[in-house]
Amino acid sequence: MTRSQLSFLKVLAFLLCLGPIAHLAWKGIHGTLGANPIEVITRSTGKWTLLFLLFTLSITPLRKLTGFLALIRFRRMLGLFAFFYVTLHFLTYIWLDKFFDFHQMLIDIAKRRFITVGFTAFVLLVPLALTSTSGMIRRLGGKRWQRLHQLIYLAAILGVFHFLWLVKADIRRPICYGAVLALLLAWRVVAWARPLLLRRTPAPTDASYAVN
Amino acid sequence: MLIKKPADIPSSEITPKSRYMNRRRFMAAVAAGGTVLAAGRFLGRLVSPQETVSAAAKLNAARSPLSTTEKPTPYNDITNYNNFYEFGTDKYDPARLAQSLQVKPWTVEVSGLVQKPQTLDIDSILKSFPLEERIYRHRCVEGWSMVIPWVGFPLTAFLKRLNPLGSARYVQFTTRYDPKQMPGQRYGVLDWPYVEGLRIDEAMHPLALLAVGLYGEELPKQDGAPIRLVVPWKYGFKSIKSIVKIKLVEKEPVTTWSAAAPSEYGFYSNVNPDVDHPRWSQKTERRIGEFYKRPTLLFNGYGDQVAGLYTGMDLRKNF
Repeated sequence: MTRSQLSFLKVLAFLLCLGPIAHLAWKGIHGTLGANPIEVITRSTGKWTLLFLLFTLSITPLRKLTGFLALIRFRRMLGLFAFFYVTLHFLTYIWLDKFFDFHQMLIDIAKRRFITVGFTAFVLLVPLALTSTSGMIRRLGGKRWQRLHQLIYLAAILGVFHFLWLVKADIRRPICYGAVLALLLAWRVVAWARPLLLRRTPAPTDASYAVN
Repeated sequence: MLIKKPADIPSSEITPKSRYMNRRRFMAAVAAGGTVLAAGRFLGRLVSPQETVSAAAKLNAARSPLSTTEKPTPYNDITNYNNFYEFGTDKYDPARLAQSLQVKPWTVEVSGLVQKPQTLDIDSILKSFPLEERIYRHRCVEGWSMVIPWVGFPLTAFLKRLNPLGSARYVQFTTRYDPKQMPGQRYGVLDWPYVEGLRIDEAMHPLALLAVGLYGEELPKQDGAPIRLVVPWKYGFKSIKSIVKIKLVEKEPVTTWSAAAPSEYGFYSNVNPDVDHPRWSQKTERRIGEFYKRPTLLFNGYGDQVAGLYTGMDLRKNF
């Protein structure tokens, strides 16, 4: 892929990523968000946070499966958009739900377990957003940066539980997100375990693996 | 175009500085005003609803002193924001999917501890009781509320005609079960059919209403047509919709939400800001159409009329 082709695709991707918020804004301006617009905004920004986390997590498996290595160039954008939507989701909560009543918010975080995990997930994503630049990768060093960014696994898991623990009775959607996340994480577990398992098999000409 | 050299412009043509500055201030004000207007419109749309006209049959309903004077929620919101899991679990599903429900013919089976168990036709029920308009507050357990102008008749009038036996202590209501017409019932999110219940003195209270209409017209299907219960001092899920069975019983009925999550939904489910749902607070509510949240009132503001039903009861234990 040429540089200009990549730039074009990145611009396209960026615009697509803005689609959900643009759609919400459009509906907001035209008054078609329904009877409880704040609920719709909260649910939508939450949904897109989870989706973008899943998109981000699917880049590495897709690269390995399709051989389309250039996909890595889109991972930062997807991750940052997950952070963008989670920030909107959190802002909706502290402004339009709690009206900046920080005392009530702290009570919520302590008492309501779906908010505890949700808030924790949000907090975990902050250092990831802050260290998303190439400069930061250099400063931290590749290995440390990679370790830090593994926090996305925990954030995504907490995000699914946040959703699961807030629905009244219909758990189908949270379970769906959980299933996809489980698949994406399982792929990583297998990818990590395979070389370890393969190393156990003794190579026929290598004496260091002699079987006793 | 002839561009005048500076020396050619007489000093009388120079715009006075004050007017020049005012113009800039004016433009800034217009820009700011425009932004504020746009933002205001956006925020306004966050709360301001749209009106629509319906084509349902009109009902003759008398005014009632039991109605609240608060402004009713717009018809469009009441009919497009519904928790009616028989038609899907999204609030926007019932408006679309409930239209498949056949509400004529419709019967209500009356049974249990009554003098004469029988099956009544909805038309004969409508003819037997004079209709009233009751504008009630409606508070969902999720934390939103509306003001709804129901049309109906007191449940107590209906029950008295049935001559309940002395042993009758509770009234049990059942919704229609028909997965062909009610697609949400194909999924076991709740144990179908939907069952609710009231203590007999709650059922006999003047506020308890059997509703058949909304805004002076027949009930829309997504709101529980053709006949539903309205118990305004309790959380909305107690106001069971599309009723087909009313049974007088001796033991407290097991209600559907209580069976689904006993620690979260109790038999009484009286609106109470001091008794939280295990997963969220009940102290405040979002009145549909309003931007700010408002404090929730004990018994949804009907305490004066109903508190007497619960004297001596621990409202936290009997939630």
